[in-house]
Parts: sequence; structure tokens; C-alpha cells
Amino acid sequence: MTDHLRQFLGRAGFAFFTALIGAIFALPLVWFLFAPFNSRAELGLAIPEPFSLSNFRQVLENSFAIRALGNSLIQSVGGTLLVALAATLASYALSRSPLPGKRAVTYVLLLFSSVVSGSAAMVPIFLMITRAGIIDTHLSVILVFAGGLLPTAMFILRDFIDGIPRSYEESAMVAGASPVQAFFDVALPVIRPGVVVVVVWAFVNIWGSFLIPFILLRSAEKMPASVAIYSFYSEAGTPIVTLLAAYALLYSLPVVLLYLFVSWKFGFRFFGGIKA
Amino acid sequence: MKRFSLLSPRAGAAFITPAGLLVGAFVIVPFFWVIYVSFTNRTLLGRTALNPEFVGLANYLELFSPHRFLDPGQFGFSLVLTIQFVLFSALLGQAALGMALAWLLQQVPKPVKAMTETVVIGAWILPEVVIGFAWFAFLDYDGGTLNGMLDAVGLPRGDWLLDYPFWVIVVFNTWRGTAFSMMLFNSAFASIPPSYFQAADVAGASSWQKFRDIGLPLIRGHVVTDLILITMWTFNVFTPFLLTKGGPGNQTEVLSIYTYRVAFRDFDFGKGAAVGVVVMLINLAFALFYLWVARKRTPGGAA
Amino acid sequence: MASVKFENVTKRFGGFTATEGLDFEVGDGEFVCLLGPSGCGKTTTLRMMAGLETPSEGKVWIGERDVTRVHPKDRGISMVFQDYALYPHMALADNIAYPLKVRGQPRPERHAEAQRVADVLQIGHLLDRMPAQISGGQQQRTSLARALVTPSDVYLFDEPLSNLDAKLRLDARGFLNHLQRDMGITAVYVTHDQAEAMALATRIAVMDRGRIVQYAPPLEIYRRPATTFVANFVGNPPMNLIEAEARIEGGQLHLQAPGLHLAPLPVPAALATRAPGRLTLGVRPEHLALAAPGAANRIEGRLFANENMGPETLVTVTRTEGEARLTARIFTDEAPRLSGAVAFGFEARHLHLFDAEGLRVPGDGE
Repeated sequence: MTDHLRQFLGRAGFAFFTALIGAIFALPLVWFLFAPFNSRAELGLAIPEPFSLSNFRQVLENSFAIRALGNSLIQSVGGTLLVALAATLASYALSRSPLPGKRAVTYVLLLFSSVVSGSAAMVPIFLMITRAGIIDTHLSVILVFAGGLLPTAMFILRDFIDGIPRSYEESAMVAGASPVQAFFDVALPVIRPGVVVVVVWAFVNIWGSFLIPFILLRSAEKMPASVAIYSFYSEAGTPIVTLLAAYALLYSLPVVLLYLFVSWKFGFRFFGGIKA
Repeated sequence: MKRFSLLSPRAGAAFITPAGLLVGAFVIVPFFWVIYVSFTNRTLLGRTALNPEFVGLANYLELFSPHRFLDPGQFGFSLVLTIQFVLFSALLGQAALGMALAWLLQQVPKPVKAMTETVVIGAWILPEVVIGFAWFAFLDYDGGTLNGMLDAVGLPRGDWLLDYPFWVIVVFNTWRGTAFSMMLFNSAFASIPPSYFQAADVAGASSWQKFRDIGLPLIRGHVVTDLILITMWTFNVFTPFLLTKGGPGNQTEVLSIYTYRVAFRDFDFGKGAAVGVVVMLINLAFALFYLWVARKRTPGGAA
Repeated sequence: MASVKFENVTKRFGGFTATEGLDFEVGDGEFVCLLGPSGCGKTTTLRMMAGLETPSEGKVWIGERDVTRVHPKDRGISMVFQDYALYPHMALADNIAYPLKVRGQPRPERHAEAQRVADVLQIGHLLDRMPAQISGGQQQRTSLARALVTPSDVYLFDEPLSNLDAKLRLDARGFLNHLQRDMGITAVYVTHDQAEAMALATRIAVMDRGRIVQYAPPLEIYRRPATTFVANFVGNPPMNLIEAEARIEGGQLHLQAPGLHLAPLPVPAALATRAPGRLTLGVRPEHLALAAPGAANRIEGRLFANENMGPETLVTVTRTEGEARLTARIFTDEAPRLSGAVAFGFEARHLHLFDAEGLRVPGDGE
């Protein structure tokens, strides 16, 4: 009986302790639940009174802010498509074709991509992009992200494709399909879940990134939201809180939605060292 | 001799080409270019922007110049700061907290687990500028949530970003990155057959004993993986910039921020590149160590 | 329909030799089983017929055509895979009709054809389901339907029943047998289950370490196994093999082994010219019966295990201290009550002899 009681208290203690850690983690975000809906929001925590959407109205009327979200979308979608396309083709080849040294290729790429981090490569990337004459363009951001994210994307996808029985394509070929038909009819649909994971991962990465567009872009009409958000500071360097809060919420929304989508679709099982 | 394969070598090569070009251009070329630039006096503007001169090891000698190596704003200072930053925020903060959370989450009711997980993962996946701003508000002297709470319990408020900037970015980075370790350890614990723990239950082991004697030894490989990865990431992370801009003074100028300042604020690309090369060498050491460990372990580990 | 012929086919993977010098023919309309333990090269052999592997040496013929270097899609074959390889994103109808689709048949026609085949296989009512929504047995039939939907020269089966549980496997086996009788297809069927091979094949090729050790009709394999390997692999429980000391004395063959009492045998012609030394004596469990202690031909031992199977009892004895075990299938009611010393009797005509290399010593009249 006392044993049972102790066990129960132990479990309750664990639960309480875990919930406490969760609550502490939530603290820095609590402000975000209220400020966007408070027309007089300041940096202090305050429950909106009255609850208001005027901040959002203000953001929506700000064409610069909206264009920045559009720019984020252009760069994220562009980069994601490029990553997904190139990674799917490459990892399929790495998994299925008898190319010599294909295992080594994956590891060397992964090694390079982890060695050449953003902080190490910002100088040469800026110089290269300048020399290529595409500084301050969407294309520069898209290409740099695609190159940087590809090795990890290929690693994830190759792993995924390696786990798919070759008998899918083999049976298609025995049934009379050419290699190209087998790829499009059978292989591609079967590896689609893996591609979805890569797409979500790449999109979230590009959407949230600050450093690369910060270095590569300078005209205001090309800034993505991550950089543009810093224009919501007054000349004196103090933030225009109302605008910032609402904008940050809008800007976070796609990431949150994608998280919900992934956790609904795949149970957000752990997919690798997937966030650099 | 023609052999059957699912994808002919020629088609395979064609499939790899787009990725190869992109990675070559934006990962491998920068790797060599940064080495080249680090031996020049290339600047953003002026004469040496167009016609950089070869300066040999001058940039490196400047980085490692002994009499002011450790002065604030110098390379050595940032290097030491970064090592401390990694030690406290990644190894002590993220890994230990992630481990504790992963273990606790195994044995708490589902709603508690789901809510805690969501918050911790939320801290990890939200865009970095949003997180930076949230913390800026959280730490605000006048009305910030933290000082508000300290007021409520009668403790003195603090101007955290001014008085304790280093500890702010340590706590911030712990908060930001714990999710990865938590998830990795969580999936590692989940891969242990439940019967192992049930057998220990039958033997009368406490939760701590089960952790020490069964859980931890069985996920040792994952711990090593985790430590190497979060060390590498924290070593290169730029996010503290969004909170402190490297200041006040140079008190939070970790290497990535230092590189940015040297190259894009002081416009000294040659020196910035030299820092980049040193960072790459350190990254390389970690990466090789990781590959060596990964190779020793049986394949199939996470990450 | 067509025949399949292997001409001295060797397949190496790096330093590993999967099959060596395979030389055999599958006749038109035959149902041949490739039987052997895992790693014996049977699946590699099948995959070389399908074109999914290319031989390192030798030639493969289908009908009058050398197909050694021909792509799978151009070989005129169908294949059922061990894991079925049903495409998870296609409904059953599209799965079954896929071979027709790549041949350019319009959708209504190929779906009508899929319906016809599916009806034969009794899955016609499931055609709009997805593979994940049907049972293992139904998945197996779907993969069968996909193989049967196009007329092919040869049908290849790679352990198609091994993923089914025991009861379903029996059902499916009977169904395949019926299908083969009905349609008279040429088929090559890989399995490690000797009962499956016995039940289905017109001829069985028993494989061991990349070679075919015996290629014969099922009953021949059962009655006259060519090697101890075949004797041990075919039959359940396998044939009892007893190492025996052999000598020829007074024109008769005398065999000695612990627990064995055997009247002298006539000397087989093959042994007449050489000293036999050691031989291996084989006797199938179903050819042993409980014997009185004094019977002329008998094997004695102590009871080790006594497994009641319903119609029969598997009685296992040890002849010596240690490993020398022997199993009998006993159909009488006293078997379950046995204990202590047990003696099995047998008839000399049911004995098999193998020489020191494990090769069959042909009896007279073989």
C-alpha cells in the first residue's frame, strides 16, 4: 500500500517536474500570444484590452511588409523546388545506379557541407555571387541555399530510397516498363514521403534564415521577411512593437502550419540531424 | 560487357549532374576560394577590392599576433568565448537538459508529454528572427516578462542584456537548441525494447537506477553523435547576433559574429577569410571525428 | 509458352560465386522448382532468367532466343516477387493492369482484362482497394494476377508464398497447383520449402552452394536422393542418416554402427570393385516402425523425445550418449506411451546407401 502510494507520488512528481520545464520553456513565448492582438502592445507582458486585430490591419496595409513576405515565399519556394528536384534525382542515382564510388560521394559531400558552414563561407560566397553579377537578386539566395542544403537532403533521401525494396522497379521492368517509365510510374510515387520530408525541411530552413539574405541582398524590395522585420525599428533603434509582433506572428505561421502538417502526417518522428 | 542495372551508369551520371553542379559551385568552390582569399588583402571597397595582392600569411599572423590575441574584439578572445559558449550552452545546457527531458517524457502522462514536447520543439523550429525578438521582449528591463516575474516574487530585476550578455546567449542557445537532443535521445530510448525496463521494474529498480544502468549505457552511441553534432552547430551559430549584435562591447562576439564584423563591417575580406579557414579546420576536425565514430558504430543510428 | 535453357552459367558477385556452371533446361509447359537453403543460388538463378542479373559467364536461352543480355522488359516473362512489390499508390486494378499500361493498352480494355484475371483469382471484388487495405493472402493473389494478366512465355516465382502464414500458404499452394493444371504454363518457382516443391513441381532442381545437385521429378528426388544433402533436405522430418562401418565378407555387405542390427546385404554393383570403408546409411522416418527386441533388422536407442502430431507420433531416440539421434514416424497408438529403451524395425529395401563423399550408391535395378 505505501509502495503504491510512493509509486503514485513518484509519477506525479515526474509529471509535475516535466510540466514545469515545459512552462519555463514557454515563458519567452507567452508575450507573443498577447502582443499581436494588443493595439497598444509594448515589450511588457499585458493581456490585450480590448482584444484587437488592428495590428494585423496595419501590417496588411504596409506594402513593404507584405512584399517581404512575398519575397520570403519566392526564395523559399524556389530554393525548395531546386533542392527537392536535384536531391531526388541525385539520391535516386546514388541508390540505384552502379556508379563507382557512390558511397564515398555522399560522405565527401556531407563532410564538405558540414565543414563549409555559413560563418566560414560568408566571405567567399559574397565574393562569388558578386563576381557572377547576381548580387542582390532572388536567384543568388535561391542558388546559395540550394547548394548548401543539398548534401544533407541527398543524405536523407538516399537513406530513404535505400530502404525501399528494389523489387518495385524490378517488377515494373519485368512487366515491360523502361527504366524511365519505372522511375516515373513506380519509384517516384513510392519515394514521395521522403521528398515531402525534404521539402518541408528545406522550406523551413530557407524561410527562417537570416544570415544569407542579410549578406546577399541590399535593395529593400527584395528583402525576405527575416531581414525586413528589422525595418520595423524606429530611427532611434526602438522597435515599433505593435507592428513587429503582428508581423512576426504572420511570418511564423507557415512554419507552425508545416510543423502541424508533419506531425499529423508522420507523427513528427525524428528525421535525422535535419535542422542545421 | 553490358550488365543489367535499375539505372544505367550514364543515366545515373545525368541524374547526379544538377546536384553536383550546385554543390560544387556553392559548397566546394567556396571552400577553396576562402583559402585563397585568406592569403590576400582583399577588401570590399577601394583599390584592393579589384586588384587584391597576395600577402602570404599576414592575415593569419594578425589573427594570432601574441601580444593582443586575447584582447576583446580580437580573434583569440572570440575563440575562447566561443569555446565557453559551446561548453555551457551545448554540452552542459542542450545535451543535459535534452537528456533529462527525454527520460522524463518516457514516463509522464500523454498530455504532459505532448505539451512539453510542443513547446520545446516550438523553440527550435520558429524562425530565428522571431525568436530573437521574443527574447528581446522577454528580457526588456521595464516591462519584460522575466523582470515582471521577478517583481512578483520580490526579487531584484536586472538589465540582463547589458549586465550578463554572455549568460543570456548561453541560456538563449540552450533554450533554442534543446529540442534536437531531446528528440534524438527520445527516439534512442524508444528503440530500447520495453522488456529491458520491465525486467528492471520486476527487480525493483528506481527510475534513476534504470536510467543509469540500462538507459544511458544502451544509448551511449547516440550521446556521442549528439554531442558532436550540437558542438558543431553551436560552434557556427549566428543567431546570438539577433539578440546582442555581438555586444555590448565585444562581450558576445562569438566566432561567426566576429567573422561577420571583420568582413562586412570592417570590410577586411582577407582577414575574414582567414577566420573562415580556421573555423573550417575546426569543423573538419569535428566532422572527421564524427565520421570515425559513425563508422565504428553499426549503421542505422539517427542523424 | 517456351522452354528455358541455361548453358554453363556462372555468376560472381565480387569474390563470391553465387552460381557455378549451371547447365539445365526447363521444358515447354513444365513447372520447375528451384529448391535449396538460403544462399544456395536459387534466387540468383531465377533473377538471371528474368534479366535482373547478368551472368558472369555462360548463356541463357528462352525458346530459340539468346536472352543473356536482353533487358527484362523484352524477355516475354512475368514474375511474382517474394515481397509482392505491389505499388502502394495504385489501386489493385491499376496494379494488375500495369503490364498492360506499359504496353499502351487503353484504360477501359486493360481494366476489363484486370477484372477478368482478378475474378479467376477471386479478388475481383477488391479492385478499387489500395494494397494496404487488403490481407496478405489477397496481396499475394494480386501479385499473381499482375503476373498472369499478360500472356508470357515463362512465369517466374520468387518464394511467392513465404510471407504467408501456414494455413494461407497451404490454400495458396493448392490454388497454384490448380492454376498450373488449368493453364499449363511454363513456370520456374524458387522455394526453400521442400513440401511446396514436392506439391507443385513437375521437376525439382535441388541446389547447394551454387550448383544443382539433383534435377528430377519429385518422387524420384524423394525415392532416390542423389546425395546425403538431398536426402537431408527433402522430406519432413528429414531422412535419418547413420554413419556405418562397412566391410565385404563372404560376398555380402556388413554394416556396423552403434545400436544398429542389420542382416548382411547383397553387395551393390557399384561397391563390388572397391573397398567400401565407411558408408552412410539412410532410412526415412516413415519407414521405421516399432519392433520387437529380437527383430533381424532393427535400430535400438533410448527415448529422447516423443511428439504427438495427431495422426502420427514423432519418436526420437539417441543411439549413443550424445548426438546420434534418430526419428521415426509411428502411426500406432502405443507410441505416445513409450519410455526407456526403444527399438525400430525396417525393411532392407527401404535403406539408402551413400559413399564417403555423400554420393548415392545405386542399388541393383536403379
